[in-house]
Amino acid sequence: MSEEFSGYKGEALKAIKKAEAEIGDIIRITNNSEAYEGILIPRSEYGDERHIILKLKSGYNIGVRITSSTKIEKIGKGAKPTFKPPPLVKQIAELPKVAIISTGGTIASRVDYRTGAVRPALTASDLYSVVPELATIAQIDAQILFSLFSENITPKHWTQIAEFVAKQITDDVEGVVIAHGTDTLGYTAAALSFALQNLPVPVILVGSQRSADRPSSDAATNLIGAVTAAAKAPFAEVALAMHETPSDTAIAIHRGTKVRKCHTSRRDTFKSINTTPIARIQDQKITMLTEDYKKRDSKRKLALKPAFDEKVALIKFYPGMNPTIINWHIENGYKGIILEGTGLGHVSKYCFDAIKNAVNSNIIVAMTSQCIWGRINMNVYDSGRDLLALGVIPLEDILPETATVKLMWIFGQTNDIAEVKKLLKTNIASEFSQRTFSEET
Amino acid sequence: MEIDYKTLGLKVGLEIHQQLDTSAKLFCNCKPELFKEEPEITFLRRLRPTQSELGQIDPAAYFEFQKGTKILYEANRTTSCLVEMDEEPPHPLNMEAVEIALTAALMMKAKPIDQIHIMRKTVIDGSNTTGFQRTCVIALKGQIKVGEKTIPIEHISLEEDAARKTGEDENNIIRYRIDRLGIPLIEIATAPVINSPKEAGEAALAIGTILRATGKVKRGLGTIRQDINISIPNGALIEIKGLQELELLPLVVEYEVQRQLNLIKISEELKKNRAKETEIKEEFFDVTNIFKQTKCKVIRKALDKNQQVLAVKLPRFKGFLKRELMPNFRLGTEIADRARFWGKVGGIFHTDEMPAYGITAEEVEQLKKNLNAEENDAIVFVADTLENAKDALKAVVARAREAIKGVPEETRAPNPEGTTSYMRPRPGAARMYPETDIPPTQITEEYIKKIRQFLPELPEQKFERLIKEYKLNQKLARQILDSEYSELFETIVKEISVSPTTVAAFLTETLKALRRDGIEADKVSDNQIREIFKSVGNGELMKEAVQDVFIWLSKHEDATLKEAITELGLTTISEDEVKTIVEKVITENKGLIQERRENSFGVLMGIIMKSSRGKINPALASKILKERLEELLK
Repeated sequence: MSEEFSGYKGEALKAIKKAEAEIGDIIRITNNSEAYEGILIPRSEYGDERHIILKLKSGYNIGVRITSSTKIEKIGKGAKPTFKPPPLVKQIAELPKVAIISTGGTIASRVDYRTGAVRPALTASDLYSVVPELATIAQIDAQILFSLFSENITPKHWTQIAEFVAKQITDDVEGVVIAHGTDTLGYTAAALSFALQNLPVPVILVGSQRSADRPSSDAATNLIGAVTAAAKAPFAEVALAMHETPSDTAIAIHRGTKVRKCHTSRRDTFKSINTTPIARIQDQKITMLTEDYKKRDSKRKLALKPAFDEKVALIKFYPGMNPTIINWHIENGYKGIILEGTGLGHVSKYCFDAIKNAVNSNIIVAMTSQCIWGRINMNVYDSGRDLLALGVIPLEDILPETATVKLMWIFGQTNDIAEVKKLLKTNIASEFSQRTFSEET
Repeated sequence: MEIDYKTLGLKVGLEIHQQLDTSAKLFCNCKPELFKEEPEITFLRRLRPTQSELGQIDPAAYFEFQKGTKILYEANRTTSCLVEMDEEPPHPLNMEAVEIALTAALMMKAKPIDQIHIMRKTVIDGSNTTGFQRTCVIALKGQIKVGEKTIPIEHISLEEDAARKTGEDENNIIRYRIDRLGIPLIEIATAPVINSPKEAGEAALAIGTILRATGKVKRGLGTIRQDINISIPNGALIEIKGLQELELLPLVVEYEVQRQLNLIKISEELKKNRAKETEIKEEFFDVTNIFKQTKCKVIRKALDKNQQVLAVKLPRFKGFLKRELMPNFRLGTEIADRARFWGKVGGIFHTDEMPAYGITAEEVEQLKKNLNAEENDAIVFVADTLENAKDALKAVVARAREAIKGVPEETRAPNPEGTTSYMRPRPGAARMYPETDIPPTQITEEYIKKIRQFLPELPEQKFERLIKEYKLNQKLARQILDSEYSELFETIVKEISVSPTTVAAFLTETLKALRRDGIEADKVSDNQIREIFKSVGNGELMKEAVQDVFIWLSKHEDATLKEAITELGLTTISEDEVKTIVEKVITENKGLIQERRENSFGVLMGIIMKSSRGKINPALASKILKERLEELLK
């Protein structure tokens, strides 16, 4: 029932029910001598129990307070909105085939101006009609895998995405695009980088920082960039396509293991850390920014390794951190801990006992830096040298998030401690850079 | 001929937009002001028409989008942050602005709503970085009085002002400056019950006066803008957007009625001439060859750039294109405006104005021959790139077809003389949907009660008070009340001993006259005006010189009053110096004073004034001399 009256509860819901009105109906609310007429609109999550939202004839919404003397009458049945989709765009047979997988977030959407509802547009024809440029770049096959906010995506979903992508990579698909919310997009990119090895074609993740219902959304430009990369890029890696600057001019292509969300709201939130983006797309033209990449090769056989083990924790050190946090992980069966230390890779010596405990319990403890940029070096100061002596594994310039994902993935492959240590230090998906340059900040 | 607008069935509704004088913008903490300097930040965007469930798309916006129009935004750090750049969600609604809007609403007897919901109104011409304007209704069902008539106010809303267009570059790039984006605007919408141009002017004035009475609205050109909806029976509903000069309002309405009446007449005559929409075809002829040797500079320039001349025939239109719709505005002008908008061409040529512009009668003959035109056909031609020329002629054809039908619905922009030009097609039904990034705001009864308690005096009360307190005559009191300066007036006369009538007359009649003469009165700040009168009050400046000083200051924007007085050679002699001079003259004329007693005053004044060559304030000198004489003769 409450879904029909979406968002309404308490007194407001009671009053609406009494009037036998439904969302979209035209109603009249009388408060003492004041009468308001309009379309009954659903409430958002902010909803309180005492106001009903009406859309006036002028198009404006207002909230009308409900009191014990309020009268509500239904005066007209709401017309159901009808959507006349634009004519189907013809697929051009010569164009490369690209599979688009949606995991949530809306890369394209339509607005119902009657009720204000924003509906995702997810089928191929929806995408074409909202982003008509796509029809000139590729033949698209669009599929919905999940509809999840990205903060609700877990390692189990990484596994499903990897398996689903593997299924799409058939003989005639030139690339795969995955639409994903931006909050944990970096983690998923890293996860797929390890799970999808030996790729024959590019797998491009894409998101948007401004929702697709607004004309200024970055979604369409990002999607065009992602589909262009999937269809035509010379590389075959897991990468992420998003705005390079606040302008709609260029899309940067970041390597899946080296990318991080760095701003809460800007379009150019994603940055390649300790490396440059691998490519830039401008006016649908791809410019490679590095020569160091795996080339596209349709004959290459994909190696799917989709398992992850969630018993890995990312622990950020801060002044005053209680070492029992580390002990809790030991007691609760964790297999690995990625430390996000300070500076070159340090934690305070009051944590040393706990770390020693962890190592002695066969838990992998590895070090990354909370500085975001730069490489750790645990040989410079005493603390670093002491931690190395305790058995902490230094992880070069890897992103702490990528290190965490990687360790989960490693435990998905093996539980052999020696093997785990070896894999952790091996550069599997360009997660380590051998050299860092001054412009790579 | 005087038109009886009421019998004609004229209906006018006004939407008045006024910038509020808040300390921050509506949805962020940026300064609500404009900047003149070069921008510190620029970024390039495209706006994409989003689809509604109803499958509606704004035709003009879609057209711009298809043309690949890009927008280059300009910003600086004082006036914009990430919010204006659409790189950060909006902050909560500025409650200072809500309070001002509610104050104005209550003064218009409107009913505040219980809970404010911010809406997004889709606007994709680039004037909003988001692609929509944030707007919300604050109150409903108010009213104002214009003479004996009550004009209902349908709603009072609060919205963010838009970015301002600063130019259009080549390669389809439009430039907008986002300093103005987000400045709070109050919108007052009247019901369409206004029946004459005069009444429209009076209604706008009444609303403006109430808004200024809040004491919290911005002043000066561009801070108030009016949209006018005008319709007459058999005509069309025309929206005229963004009129800034209140004085022009009655004229704009008058001209629009004239335009519609003339269009209706033209349509009837075209029909009588058996002109048919279906006979006007999108058949464009490449007539570049005819103009190979042309003396017409415009065409010459186009041909030098390898562009084309395209022509289209308008059957049975001969003579109609030169028909005047408004003063200096013909049907041809109207069609040219359309061509400019849709084809981005500089203008069009048509046979009704030929031969002209260096185009010869022979070239016109050739043109008629090439197009197989009959005696009563008109031909329109344009020189530009093939794409632009085609788009332009398509627009010409569409507009010509509409001329047969009558008056097309459209949005128009005002010109400085009061006429209007085509701006864009009328957008479909308001496409509004909720702004989900900002929670609704409750307007409690206690809050309203508090605002009601401190409501500023109503204009009519103030009118009475101005007469009583400052002894202004009715006319002057009305003028000062209707002007932007009623508050400044009171500040000045309260702090300075100077005749209120002098100040009021200057702030109304004199300034109006100066503006008429092209003086940019807004360049002189309130503070400078106060200083001017302060100097009058303490005798440093003569009343008669106020106007000259004001004009000088308006032309020297950053100069001080002192500089003005020096530059204009108006330095007067200080009170102490006057005393010395008076003393000297008295000593030198002791005999005369003894002889003629009080009657020596006139002679002495003459000597004093002569000795200072006009740099002495006569009132001051006369006051001091009188005092001294009285002492001496006691």
